[in-house]
This record gives sequence, C-alpha cells and structure tokens, in this order.
Amino acid sequence: MSRAPALPSGRWHAAEAIPWLLAIACFFLFPGYRVLASHVFIAALFALSLDLVLGYAGILTLGHAAFFGLGAYTAGLLAAHGWGEPFSGLALAAAVAALGGLAVSFLVVRGTDLARLMVTLGVGLLLYEAANRAAWLTGGVDGLSGVAMGKLFGVFPFDLFGNAAYAYTLAVLFALFVFTRRVAASPFGLSLRAIRENRARMPALGAPVERRLVAAFTLGAAIAGVAGALLAQTTQFVGLDTLAFHRSADVLVMLVLGGAGRLYGALVGTAVFMVAQDRLAGIDPVYWQFWLGLLLVAIVFVARGGILGAADALRRRLRR
Amino acid sequence: MYHPGVIGVLFDGLAYGSLLFLVSLGLSVQMGLMNFVNLAHGAFAMAGGYVCALAATRLGVPFLAALPLAFLAASLAGALLERLLYRRLYGASALDQVLFSIGLTLMSIAAATRLFGASQQPVRLPELLRGQLHFAGADFGIYRMFLIAVVAALTAALALLVGRTRFGAQLRAAVDDARVARGMGIDVDRVFTLAFALGSGLAGLGGALGIEVLGLDPTFPLKYMVYFLLVVVVGGAGTLAGPLVAAAILGVCDVAAKYYLPQLGAFAIYAVMVALLIAFPAGILGRRA
Repeated sequence: MSRAPALPSGRWHAAEAIPWLLAIACFFLFPGYRVLASHVFIAALFALSLDLVLGYAGILTLGHAAFFGLGAYTAGLLAAHGWGEPFSGLALAAAVAALGGLAVSFLVVRGTDLARLMVTLGVGLLLYEAANRAAWLTGGVDGLSGVAMGKLFGVFPFDLFGNAAYAYTLAVLFALFVFTRRVAASPFGLSLRAIRENRARMPALGAPVERRLVAAFTLGAAIAGVAGALLAQTTQFVGLDTLAFHRSADVLVMLVLGGAGRLYGALVGTAVFMVAQDRLAGIDPVYWQFWLGLLLVAIVFVARGGILGAADALRRRLRR
Repeated sequence: MYHPGVIGVLFDGLAYGSLLFLVSLGLSVQMGLMNFVNLAHGAFAMAGGYVCALAATRLGVPFLAALPLAFLAASLAGALLERLLYRRLYGASALDQVLFSIGLTLMSIAAATRLFGASQQPVRLPELLRGQLHFAGADFGIYRMFLIAVVAALTAALALLVGRTRFGAQLRAAVDDARVARGMGIDVDRVFTLAFALGSGLAGLGGALGIEVLGLDPTFPLKYMVYFLLVVVVGGAGTLAGPLVAAAILGVCDVAAKYYLPQLGAFAIYAVMVALLIAFPAGILGRRA
C-alpha cells in the first residue's frame, strides 16, 4: 500500500484540471478515436469504483466485473424492452448493481484476504455462468442485441462516430469522479483508510468496521454498475464478456498500474493501459498477453504504487 | 445419452477428485502454510502436461516413462522460480502476490500458445491402461482406476514423508514458526524451496496424468485455477485429509452435475463453491478459526 498523504483538505488543486482539459482537447485533436476514448472513460470509471473498494477500503476482489455486468445487463435489458431514456437507465443500473454489491458485501467484509478473493471470484463466475445459461433473457453467448437507445435529453442521438458517447461518458465520469473525490476526503473516506491500515484498532475508536466496509463495497458496486450501463448504452450491445474474469483482472491491472488509493491513479492507469492495448493487441494478441503479464510482475517488484507512485518518489527525490 | 449410473458417477467423480487433489496439494502447502496466494499454480501443472505430451509425441517416450519427466521438469521450474521470484514475496501483501502470480499465469499462457499452438494436445495411453472393466452393474475405466491408485499411493508416501522423516519434521517446524526453526539450525530457505519444488512437481505430474481427463491447452492454468483454489480453501490448511475430502466432494459434484444437470453447465459447480465457502469459512477440516 502506498503511504497515505497528510489529511486531505478536499480543496481542488489547479493541476487537477489538466486531465479533464486533456480529455476535452482529445475530442478535437483525435476525431478518429472518439469511440476508443469513450471506452477509456468507461474503463476509468470502472477502475475508479475499484479504487474505492480496493485502494481505500482495502478489500481484495477478483470479481468486480460482476457489478459491471449487472449494470450493463440492467441498462441493456431496459433499453431492449422499450425504456431507452439513458439517465434513468443509468440510475436503475446503479441501483441493481448496488443491491448486488450489498448482498455480496456481507460475505466479503468478515473474511481474510484469501476468503474475500475466493468469494468475489466465485460470485463473478457464478454470474457469468448464470448469464450464459439464461439465454432467453440475456442472449447467452450471442450477447444481448436489440438495445435501442433514446436520444440524450431527447435531442442528441448516439451516433456511429461516438460524438454523443464521448460527451456523455466523459460527463458521467467527471460527475462521479467529483463525487468519489468528495467521499474519499470525507470522514467516511478517512475511516476506510484507517480500516485498511489497521483494522484491529478501529473498533477501539468507535468505528463500526463492518458497516463501513459494507457501505464502501456497495458504493463501489453501484459505480461499477454505472460504468457497465454506460458501455451497454453507448455500444447498444451487451456481451457476456462484461461479466468475464478477464475484465475483473484487467481493471485490477489498470488500477495498480496507475496507482491504487489515489483516485487519479485509476484515470492515468486506464488511459495508459487502454492505449497500449489498442496499439499492441492489434499487432499480436499473444504478445500483448505476455507483456501484460511481465508488466504485472514488474509493478510488484520495481514500481509499487504504479505510475503516480513512481512520479511521487521522483518528485520527492528532486526536491531534496 | 450414455449413462453410467450412480456408482459410475461416484467412481468418475473420485478419479477426477484425486487428480484435483494431486495438483492442489502443493498449493495447499503454499497458501495454507507458507501464506502465499499463488494463482499461478496451474501453470506448473500445465508445464508438466506439455512435457509429458511433447516427450510422447515428438521424442517417442512411452507415456509411463514421460510421467516422471513431467514431475522433474515442473519441480525444477518451481525450484528456480521460488529462488528467483517467489521468495521475495513471502510476507508481502496478498494483493502483491495476486498481481505477481496473475502476471506469471498470463506469461505462461502466452508462451505456451506461441510455442505449442492453441489447440488441445493429444495423448496416447498405453494399451494396458485403456478399456473398461465391468462389474457390479457399472463400467469402470481402467485409466481412472490407475489414477486413483497412483494418487492413493502418493498420498500414503507423502503422509510418511511429512509425518515420519527428518525433512517432514523440518518442514512442519519451518511453517509453524520460521524464526524459531532458524534458531534451531534448520535451513528454512532450503526447506521452503524443496517444499515448493515438491508441490510444483506434484502439480506437473497431475497435469500430465490429467491430459486424458482434463485436457491440455494453453488456457489450462486459468480454466482450472478456481478448482485448485477451491480444493485448498474448502479443505483448509494444515492437513492432508482436508484437501482430500474437499477434492473428492468437488470431483463428485462436478461429474454428477455434468451427467444429471447438463443444462446448468458450470453454474452448478460454482453454486456449490459459493455455498461451501459460506458454510465452511475456515475449511471443512480447518484448524484455524
């Protein structure tokens, strides 16, 4: 775990505008990559939700895609059955994913790291198989098609070039980032970090450890559900891979690549990961898998704290 | 559809379970006693499987002679990786161990795909091990009987090794309290390396024996990761009997689900998994609270 900085003030630093300005600039600089960019924003939101669960609350999970998929199927099914309004779809997807997260959280909060890992892995696989078998509802391996989205605000249709998707996903990402940042800087967020650092001492301070962890896990699940719903709405398709194990593993890699427990790590890691994947996997998917594995090993041995952790260490050294 | 009957399902399940047990044994020691979450354990089983399959198809080594080769190759790989990489992460956070071992798994999958292709590897069993015996109203595959016998013999040998030999005593001392064991003059590092190599070798042997039952292709480490983990977690740490019981339960449940509820597919086994995890958070025969 990275060293926690001093108490956060919650006040915005000027440098924090940079990633958002960059994101807006990319719309005009790389018009051919708007669809990819909207996928990056969705993945970043997903990584952000994992940051809350893993980076802040310290809950090791290998099945976070379960909630991504729940959100995606909820939004997809709504739209496929005539409810095409995007924002209410998001809200419902968040609610369903939160319910799922709440149910799983009771199994997760008590156990050791190993038990958590197994339960989340098991639930993830269970949902994947359930969606696979319930083909009458989900379309099974063929995926859920016939998702017909309504227009944004009743005005902007989702187009093939990803213009509406770009603005929509970026706006939702920003809104939920502000929300998550607020949560992380709140007394609740601080107590999560304290539980992560020393779980045994927190009850002595009067903090209800299990209830806090339940809340954090549920919130993380809800945000993951929104990310899944965004993918379903902007691509107008839901595949089984929204629930797949590799999605849980990939988001874990994105988060630790950027740096867990610092919110911006989720954004940086996702951007680097997705662009690298787009470049390298296009050349040869087997090579990509190999380099991904090597990258993971390298993060553990040389670059703990990920990109932002390494940047922090560099800055400290320069200042000295 | 061919139907083997209740006895046949039990028998097939036990054969399958004994394979799971053989592969998971090393993992049980690593996770339960050395506190290392090793998601890459299936990669050692896969390595053993490929050594066996390639020795048979490319070098013409007979199947039974290729089995010890699989054990040796996998234990060598285990010893090497333990010395170079695993050792540095003893005592690291579970997250670091998970990331590292997933990385290793991905690399092994990519390497196997590149070197041997993505297809299933065939295996030629010797004449002796093919066919079926028929008695008590059910068919018993000879190869599956051979599997159960090999695993039973190995389990007995391991129980003797851990319970009765000097190395076994050193291993038990080292995992109980490494510091005190060091103080008593036990070379804990060496003991851990040997234990890791032995566990990886058994996994390799399991991978080789399992080509006929589990199949062998580059996705093997991910496909069966859950089963191996489950044997360990449900079985609990610190005994031979725990994983044995867990593997038998899982094997029988999986085979029974495939015969009786084919429309559920893998859903059944995952449901059993989650139920077992909820019912036995410390493992069926677990010693820890």
